[in-house]
Amino acid sequence: MSEIPAELRYRDSHEWVRVEDDVAVVGITDHAQDSMGDLVFVEMPEVGVVFAAGDEAGVVESVKAASDIYAPVSGEVVAINEALEDEPELVNNEPYAGGWLFKIKMADSGELKEMLTADQYQEQIDSE
Amino acid sequence: MSNETTLIFQHSRPGRSATAQAPKPVSEDQLSAIPASLRRKNKPGLPEVGELEVVRHYTNLSTKNFAIDKQFYPLGSCTMKYNPRGANRAAMLPGFLNRHPLAPASHSQGYLACMYELQNFLKEVTGMKGVSLAPMAGAQGEFAGVAMIRAYHEARGDDARTEILIPEAAHGTNPATAVMCGYKVREVPVGKNGDVDLEALKEACGPQTAGLMMTNPSTCGVFERQIEAISKAVHDAGGLLYYDGANLNAILGKVRPGDMGFDVIHMNLHKTFATPHGGGGPGAGPVGVSQRLLDYLPTPMAGRDEESGGSSGEYHWIDTDTLPTSIGHLSAFMGNAGVLLRAYFYAMVLGRQGMIRVGEYSTLAANYLLKRLEAIGCQAAYPDRRASHEFILTFAKLAKDQHVTALDIAKRLLDYNQHAPTIYFPLLVPECFLIEPTETETKEAMDDFVDAMEQILNEAKTDPETVTEAPFTQPVRRLDEVKAAKELDLVWSE
Amino acid sequence: MPYIPHTEDDVQAMLAAIGADSIEQLFDEIPAHLKAGSSLDALPEGQGEMEVTRLMADRAEQDRFALSFIGGGAYAHHIPAAVWEIATRGEYYTAYTPYQAEASQGTLQVIYEYQTLIARLTGMDVSNASVYDGASGLAEAVLMSLRANRKSKSRKVLVPEALNPRYRSACDAIVRNQDVELVSVPFCTDAGQTLVDGLKEHEGQDFAALVISQPNYFGSLEDVDALTDWAHANGMLVIAVVNPTSLALLTPPGEWGEQGADIVVGEGQPLGIPLSSGGPYFGFMACTKKHVRQMPGRIIGRTIDMEGKQGFTLTLQAREQHIRRSKATSNICTNQGLAMTAATIYTSLLGPDGLASVAGHCHANTQKLADKLCALDGVERAFTAPVFHEVALTLPQDADTVLAKLAEKDILGGLSLAKDYSMKNAILVNATEVHTEGDLDLFAQALKEVLA
Repeated sequence: MSEIPAELRYRDSHEWVRVEDDVAVVGITDHAQDSMGDLVFVEMPEVGVVFAAGDEAGVVESVKAASDIYAPVSGEVVAINEALEDEPELVNNEPYAGGWLFKIKMADSGELKEMLTADQYQEQIDSE
Repeated sequence: MSNETTLIFQHSRPGRSATAQAPKPVSEDQLSAIPASLRRKNKPGLPEVGELEVVRHYTNLSTKNFAIDKQFYPLGSCTMKYNPRGANRAAMLPGFLNRHPLAPASHSQGYLACMYELQNFLKEVTGMKGVSLAPMAGAQGEFAGVAMIRAYHEARGDDARTEILIPEAAHGTNPATAVMCGYKVREVPVGKNGDVDLEALKEACGPQTAGLMMTNPSTCGVFERQIEAISKAVHDAGGLLYYDGANLNAILGKVRPGDMGFDVIHMNLHKTFATPHGGGGPGAGPVGVSQRLLDYLPTPMAGRDEESGGSSGEYHWIDTDTLPTSIGHLSAFMGNAGVLLRAYFYAMVLGRQGMIRVGEYSTLAANYLLKRLEAIGCQAAYPDRRASHEFILTFAKLAKDQHVTALDIAKRLLDYNQHAPTIYFPLLVPECFLIEPTETETKEAMDDFVDAMEQILNEAKTDPETVTEAPFTQPVRRLDEVKAAKELDLVWSE
Repeated sequence: MPYIPHTEDDVQAMLAAIGADSIEQLFDEIPAHLKAGSSLDALPEGQGEMEVTRLMADRAEQDRFALSFIGGGAYAHHIPAAVWEIATRGEYYTAYTPYQAEASQGTLQVIYEYQTLIARLTGMDVSNASVYDGASGLAEAVLMSLRANRKSKSRKVLVPEALNPRYRSACDAIVRNQDVELVSVPFCTDAGQTLVDGLKEHEGQDFAALVISQPNYFGSLEDVDALTDWAHANGMLVIAVVNPTSLALLTPPGEWGEQGADIVVGEGQPLGIPLSSGGPYFGFMACTKKHVRQMPGRIIGRTIDMEGKQGFTLTLQAREQHIRRSKATSNICTNQGLAMTAATIYTSLLGPDGLASVAGHCHANTQKLADKLCALDGVERAFTAPVFHEVALTLPQDADTVLAKLAEKDILGGLSLAKDYSMKNAILVNATEVHTEGDLDLFAQALKEVLA
């Protein structure tokens, strides 16, 4: 069983969002990191780039797979997790803490309502 | 097998050299025309070693490889058949080796004659109207094929066609190629029996469809039975049909892609025409086309005087000056000539009857091996279907019950001196093996493979660690690929 | 049956195991009417190895003799006997891509050594395992530069007219469908060089990269430092196209200008690969570490096994088509393994001094040839720039006609520059270490007769 913190919001493409004021912290879920295997590289967006929800924002790579990361909400990238450059394994080890990917200053916090709750996300991965 | 693990650079000693191989140094005077500012400051760090050391080093390294000349090599979708030594000798004849690619036709009649005949040979065997030998590999043949489809639509002013349809079981090269040709990719689902989902395909077809890329037999190792309906659906929508020749070996001499309705095909001569794989290349990927794509074939091609109204029987090059609608050159010269000469040799030895036998005996071998493996408890992915020249097993149940995966079995096969089949392809079958024995293996070689598989399946139950930790007998154990990708070490440094 | 080992008993035993009556029955899923067209009547009857070898030997003999001074991207060099004796060992010749690393350590280590020597020759950080040839390698480099130059939004690349025209046309054929535009940079018609002056009109414009060819098609040596610095000052990457033999003498692209080139490609044929009608050759491709994830093609890494022992494996595979499918860096699957293996053996045999000596002889012989030919009335160098091992000459007569007359004497006297550069009377000639003084004299004598 993978961990799905109740306080976060999710996308069906396996990103999570934690809201800190008007900033959305984005990562990939425990389930996603587990099915990828050991990550060897994370391709990050550049700070300052503006995304619409659903845009491709980065890539996570393991030895045998690569998976796109989509921006879960619209807005400007205000920070990236630079620690991942040397330690991509942080995403495997602590997907909801030290393994966060980037932060987006939200253009429309209303978009959060359209994301999945922990229960809904659990339902989705059960049906996969 | 050798234990050689030192690098050639580690054998290097300043001032040592293979003296017989280099001309005597020229004087600095003779280099005075080259401005000092353009001269290299330090000599490059190439190895300084003697001739015997080089010969010994690379001979020793070679012994660490599995190869068709040493082992059964049933790598699915790769057609690892015997590579005739005679073809190598013929292609290495001095007259062929020393011919400059830009030598005039007057000094190239022998070579051009071989190429002209090979073009005709491939035309007949595929049922197409024209063939170009220019593409240097299967992937470049694919590129040429899709680029011709694009040129065709553009010439008709039909610029609404932006999509290439590809069955989801397809090799990754197909979508990568479509993108290189400026197309979007739409994947079409495949049904449980290995055939394309025809209804879904029909829905996907429309005025935006430039074409469909597919293999037949498909990557599922079965013949696509609805090929005519698929052909009709795509053609009715105005799209063209692309045949990926990866699996041509299965039907060589039996069914021709041209007769199935395909407009363009690439062939992998390093598979179907027995040219060597060379540790990853070179290959050759000639393309064949139907009437409507003739004008777009990549150049150069070999032509003969008689065709253009002359009577001398002389051969010449057909290039963009006489075929301006061509998609052009895909390499500096004319493709992998040496590979083409090997394929020509093979085609001439096989002839008409030999070509027909390729499809027959590769199919016989695959169906035999499948039945034998099923009899020892292996699970076929498509048990109700005939195998083509290859077939798929799935070890999903073993992976679930015993935690022994397809990868583990593949690694353990190496300990039994058998090269592993292709694993985890196609992606839609879990824990799979794609097995292709080819027509050149004896029944005994296949029986040995079955014996090895039987023992491994027993080990998986009684002593799973022998399988999950395999191999034990190779120069190295399983490698740390995560370390390789994270701590990139791609170039040696002292 | 050629290459098929089965006896009649084998066939019957296999059919019995399958439960089929005949081989034909195995094709019962194929609609019957589709099979009708394949009687293959136009194909000849098969022949034995002896007959086909005789036929091909006769054909090869037809093409055999000519004294050639053609270069244009493929060059005649001495190839030590050991190179192909070893490269065609069955263990290299009949293996495939090293998917099963444990059973492919031979090929994998050779590639790692190859990557190292290409990096050292070019002065770059990393190399891939090779691509098809130099021209298609340039196309890959152009596409790579669009991905790698993050500051540029352009899909345009500057390409000198003095670059091999065959590279320009192949590159264009490969990249044009992705809306990539190759913009021509003129050359100085006196010097035969690409000058920074010729780039001035593009100052401050957005291009992803500038291609620099050293030497260029005319054999001329470019001022690579100035060109490199100009490109970098204008936000472009530098794609170097180089001859590997020349790198034993010339500044490696990694040291061009202030920062060095970003991507390097070239034709690997001069490193031990026979001319063989244009292939198989291999393209080498190297870059700075920063851009390695944008490089297409196979890449091998050194790592350790579960017991801590050194081993080699394919790495960075997430760039490639079998994983990334439509988002891969290229559709290329394999490398030119065998040719690259031969080049690794060749380069090891030659070593740094041997390769420098080969390069030196090429240069010296070409100078000598140019002097001998220019001693004839009306023959002179077309350009003033210094050259490496190829030189453009103007003749007092039509180049195509002169070359055809020379060919009648079995001398292939270089390439005409008429078609590609509208230089009706100009030819491009090359000499390497394989040409003797006597060869050069034969050419000069024949040209004298033809021009008389």
